[in-house]
Amino acid sequence: MENKTRRGHRGSATGITRRTFATGVGAAGVMAGAGPFVATRAQGAALKVGVLLPRSGFQAGIGQDCHRGVEIAGGILKGLGMPPLEIMNGDTESSPDVARARAERLISEGAQLLVGAFDSGQSTAIAQVAEQKGIPFVINIAAAPPITEQGYKFVFRNFPTAPMLLSDAFANQKEVFAATGVTPKSVVFLHVNDTFGTAMQKGIGGILSKVDMPYKVVDTIAYDPSARDLSVEVAKAKATGAEALLMVSRLNDAMLLTREMVKQRWTPAAILSMGPGWYEDQYLKTLGKLADGPMSFVPWYDPNKPVSKQLEAALAKAHPGINLNTNHIYTFEALLIAADAYKRAGSTDPKVLADAIRATDIKDNVSIGPGVKFDAKGQNVWLKNAAIQNRGGKLVTVAPKEAANAKPVLPMASYNKR
Amino acid sequence: MPVEIYLNVAFNGLLTGLVYGLMALGLSVIFGVVRVVNFAHGEMMTLAMYATVVAFTSLGLDPFVMLVPASAALFVLGYLLQAGLINPFINRPEHSQFMLLVAVATILVNIQLIVFGPDARNVQTSYSFDSYALGSLVIDASKAYAAATALVVAAALFAFFRYTILGKSIRACADNYAGALVVGLDVKHLYALTFGIGAACVGAAGVMLSLIIDVTPGLGPAYTLLAFVIVITGGLGSMPGALLGGILIGLTEALAGLLFTPSAKSMFAFGILVLVLLFRPQGILGKKPR
Repeated sequence: MENKTRRGHRGSATGITRRTFATGVGAAGVMAGAGPFVATRAQGAALKVGVLLPRSGFQAGIGQDCHRGVEIAGGILKGLGMPPLEIMNGDTESSPDVARARAERLISEGAQLLVGAFDSGQSTAIAQVAEQKGIPFVINIAAAPPITEQGYKFVFRNFPTAPMLLSDAFANQKEVFAATGVTPKSVVFLHVNDTFGTAMQKGIGGILSKVDMPYKVVDTIAYDPSARDLSVEVAKAKATGAEALLMVSRLNDAMLLTREMVKQRWTPAAILSMGPGWYEDQYLKTLGKLADGPMSFVPWYDPNKPVSKQLEAALAKAHPGINLNTNHIYTFEALLIAADAYKRAGSTDPKVLADAIRATDIKDNVSIGPGVKFDAKGQNVWLKNAAIQNRGGKLVTVAPKEAANAKPVLPMASYNKR
Repeated sequence: MPVEIYLNVAFNGLLTGLVYGLMALGLSVIFGVVRVVNFAHGEMMTLAMYATVVAFTSLGLDPFVMLVPASAALFVLGYLLQAGLINPFINRPEHSQFMLLVAVATILVNIQLIVFGPDARNVQTSYSFDSYALGSLVIDASKAYAAATALVVAAALFAFFRYTILGKSIRACADNYAGALVVGLDVKHLYALTFGIGAACVGAAGVMLSLIIDVTPGLGPAYTLLAFVIVITGGLGSMPGALLGGILIGLTEALAGLLFTPSAKSMFAFGILVLVLLFRPQGILGKKPR
């Protein structure tokens, strides 16, 4: 259908000039970046904590899950004798640029400490703002090593770096292979190409030759974490003939990949994930029996610690049917660190608060390891990771042996026979 | 790499491209007649996707059952939008129209965020995980159904514009605005009908896409941009061009992901757009402006 005549007021044959069209496309871009309002809530003379999470955009599912950790923290912190926190929520919209802007806004609105932001790219952006403004920033989840290698004085991370994650993951993988008697000789490595995925890819490249793994990586395939269709990626991975799949992903892409593997009739002997996605509740609920089998090598909680039990109970009460996971654990612990520092500092002065965080020594915590302490760079280097497996809609810990509550099962049951 | 991998990837790209084409067809129809660029196109598509998801999860209705009701609902929305909101802007400068539709898009995204939240939602039918094997070719059943439906809807649309009095009247408005007024055509009504038809098209595409991808409110702006890439590549205002553009972009994304790196597949789609703008600014099947 073509317009053959012009109406008088239009300036070109189509009625749309390139300049006006470009204006429109630009406007569409602005609209794409627009997001929901930031909500704040007052709780008297409490420490004002700005919590920055990706609560919309392609990481929204995980951001919302992290927020559950915020929701259940209040009661537990009170029970532990911690001072109150006033939570100021900020949505990073899954974008480092928005994360930076929201961090500045929260600080201008009075936030005395920042917590967040699940993602390495967004956390890096917030860390720059926090350091510049002199406001303490406690990272809940982000693994890219450079964040705590910049000499920052106000940035603290209670989460393993990519090399820490990987060295534990490879040790746990060997343990799983030995326990099941299934040792893949080849893997194909699929990873998201965001800050976290790239850091993990570099880390794997550096560590793999030193840890003497029984398999070789036959191909490495990077993809966009916001991709809507991963059929090509799965076709390419399947074509390598690899026995197992090594993954660094997010949530939506983990679900997309699983669907594609089912449709393309490919079940690897093992899916070995070294990041989020495969153990999330949304993954388990959406995919049902197709969610069974993948193993995640992740920072986890020690079920024997008293606070872990409290956290499990609080989550079960607030969100029945949702399994406690990394998102809740580390978001809660970030708030625990904030409250503990505020209690000891007795002041909201940012410098005093930062000094108090630096002197943190929490033993009554949730994550695996001796507790929360920071080195001179602001990194908790004492954290330990576990291997968990999806089984019947639940998550069981299969390694290390001392923290396991189930035996690993490999190879995975064929997707097309479930 | 075995040749069947190329065949599989290309065929799946073709199927996805056909659904893309149907989505872009709506944009092309609206622009071809009303000369308004619908910047809320992707957002209207996500409305249809959410309607499909809600109907499936709460009433158990299959997306194919939702095809007609969702398209009809989008038709009504499109008609009312044109008749009530866009018509007063028809003779205003283009940037006013752009901003109006960008505002509509923003409102739609935020309504979807308020109502459905940011989580990805999907339709998981009994055939969601099915695939057909034809020799070494493995065909995704959902994509095949969606592509076949896209072809049927597109054929119906072509027939409507070619063989019906109403379709010819709409084409008359597009071809000669002043002439259409002179012969007594109710141009405002025909414009509203056209916007409704374009919206119904994108509604049908949304229903079909819900079989293939998860819906989030953030999907709308991304698909608005994709629709533009497709119609500019195929030829803004050209209906066959929109379908061809969809197929071309679908195939390009798929094969570029296989031959180079999957993370760069969008780059190649935009590369095609740049080449088209450089060497054939009116689009592959578009006509040169007089």
